[in-house]
Amino acid sequence: MQKFSALSLVRRAFGGHTGWQPQWRQPEPKKSYDVVIVGAGGHGLSTAYYLAAEHGVRNVAVIDKGWLGGGNTGRNTTIIRSNYLFDESMAIFDHAVKLWEGLSQALNYNVMYSPRGVLMLAHNVHDVQSFKRHLHANRLKGIDAEWLSPEQTKEFCPPLNISPDIRYPVLGATLQRRGGTARHDAVAWGFARAADALGVDIIQNCAVTGIRRGPDGAVIGVETEKGYIGARKIGVVAAGNTSVVMAMAGVRMPLESYPLQALVSEPVKADFPCVVMSNTIHAYISQSDKGEMVIGAGTDAYTSYSQTGGLHIATHTLDAICELVPMYRRLRMLRNWGGIVDVTPDRSPIIGTTPVPGLFVNCGWGTGGFKATPGSGNVFAHTIATGAPHAINAGFTLNRFRDGLLIDEAAAAAVAH
Amino acid sequence: MLLIRCPYCGERPEVEFRHGGEAHIARPADPATLTDEEWADFLYMRSNPRGLHAERWRHVHGCGRFFNAVRHTVTDKFLATYKVGEPRPAPEGEL
Repeated sequence: MQKFSALSLVRRAFGGHTGWQPQWRQPEPKKSYDVVIVGAGGHGLSTAYYLAAEHGVRNVAVIDKGWLGGGNTGRNTTIIRSNYLFDESMAIFDHAVKLWEGLSQALNYNVMYSPRGVLMLAHNVHDVQSFKRHLHANRLKGIDAEWLSPEQTKEFCPPLNISPDIRYPVLGATLQRRGGTARHDAVAWGFARAADALGVDIIQNCAVTGIRRGPDGAVIGVETEKGYIGARKIGVVAAGNTSVVMAMAGVRMPLESYPLQALVSEPVKADFPCVVMSNTIHAYISQSDKGEMVIGAGTDAYTSYSQTGGLHIATHTLDAICELVPMYRRLRMLRNWGGIVDVTPDRSPIIGTTPVPGLFVNCGWGTGGFKATPGSGNVFAHTIATGAPHAINAGFTLNRFRDGLLIDEAAAAAVAH
Repeated sequence: MLLIRCPYCGERPEVEFRHGGEAHIARPADPATLTDEEWADFLYMRSNPRGLHAERWRHVHGCGRFFNAVRHTVTDKFLATYKVGEPRPAPEGEL
């Protein structure tokens, strides 16, 4: 791996940028691996990286039916925060925030983590009460959280309209200053490059078509478009397609897949200082470093694998944004796309073992998985390497639906479910 | 936006309807005998197929009635809508 540094950049610049090497290999699959990860998105790649970096498990393949980072990792609105309500959720999302803080250095790759602050707007009395409850729960767990009045909200984010006579006036907001954004593609690329350097094979454009099990029921490998690949352990990290992949091993999942869409505007002058989220009126907005306004909308009402969302859903979000940020009313939208999110009944992820020996699953991140990328891979790697969950993901089992131990995180995406 | 044919009212836009999840999940006949696994399966496990899906819809801003539909979850194309109590139609035609 060519290490990136100011010196290496200068040296390559004087060489006309001809000396750069590909950042990862394009290997043919080996006959077998210790661990096969199904899904080369952020969560799958970070799992492979932490398996190699922290657990010494380097005989690992990450297999994807498309190109790496081409699913939800490249389609989300890149919001990072950890101000969830339940202890389990706060622990895993704050674990991720702590890893985000040092991720660029750890990977030697600039993931452009930008802790610019995340505002969550309250528009009615219920919002105010519920957000303050979250805020106090967060502070008891040492997660930074502040309550801002409408005037303080305006001071923190001047483009906002806090007029009391709009349809859903801003009654206040919670602020998590450590929250922010990162560059989603760079996260996938950074983990891929670092994992590849540690010996992980990333096999793209190779769909997994079956999971093979031995006479004792344990997994022994995967059928793929490039032939059979043996595996002692398999980790399924397939987001919206998790139900489909798990069905190959005969495991039913408590998941439903929905389209979730986002859109991005033409680039404009940098004047939007933070991330603004409004769960009540379904508006999520921040400004990318290119200057585009990145806008997240809600899910469609029905399950689907279409990777596209209904225009009325996006329109609903734009209505809200036009009222909240009047200066964007004449902004032109450039692109609109959808991803497929796997939603659990309690809106919390599933990270752990399955009824099939050797088969592990990391799924159910629903509408808010990007923020957890490093934390999710970190604890899932521990789970695969040791065969037992890390303390942080111990509660996020598949069995919690049998045992009634739901982590009923309505704030998972901060939307009114 | 989808165009959905309510078996009672005819074709209407999607915003008149509410999606009701997977269809044909029968309530247990004798709940007291169910194991925890069976309860979890009834309450939470869903087939979530990438392909043909039998699902419930309710025409909330119309007749208010529930009905069932078979839809392809990749193309979102409806193959059939049918009244509650009727059997799931056999798949036919282009997807």
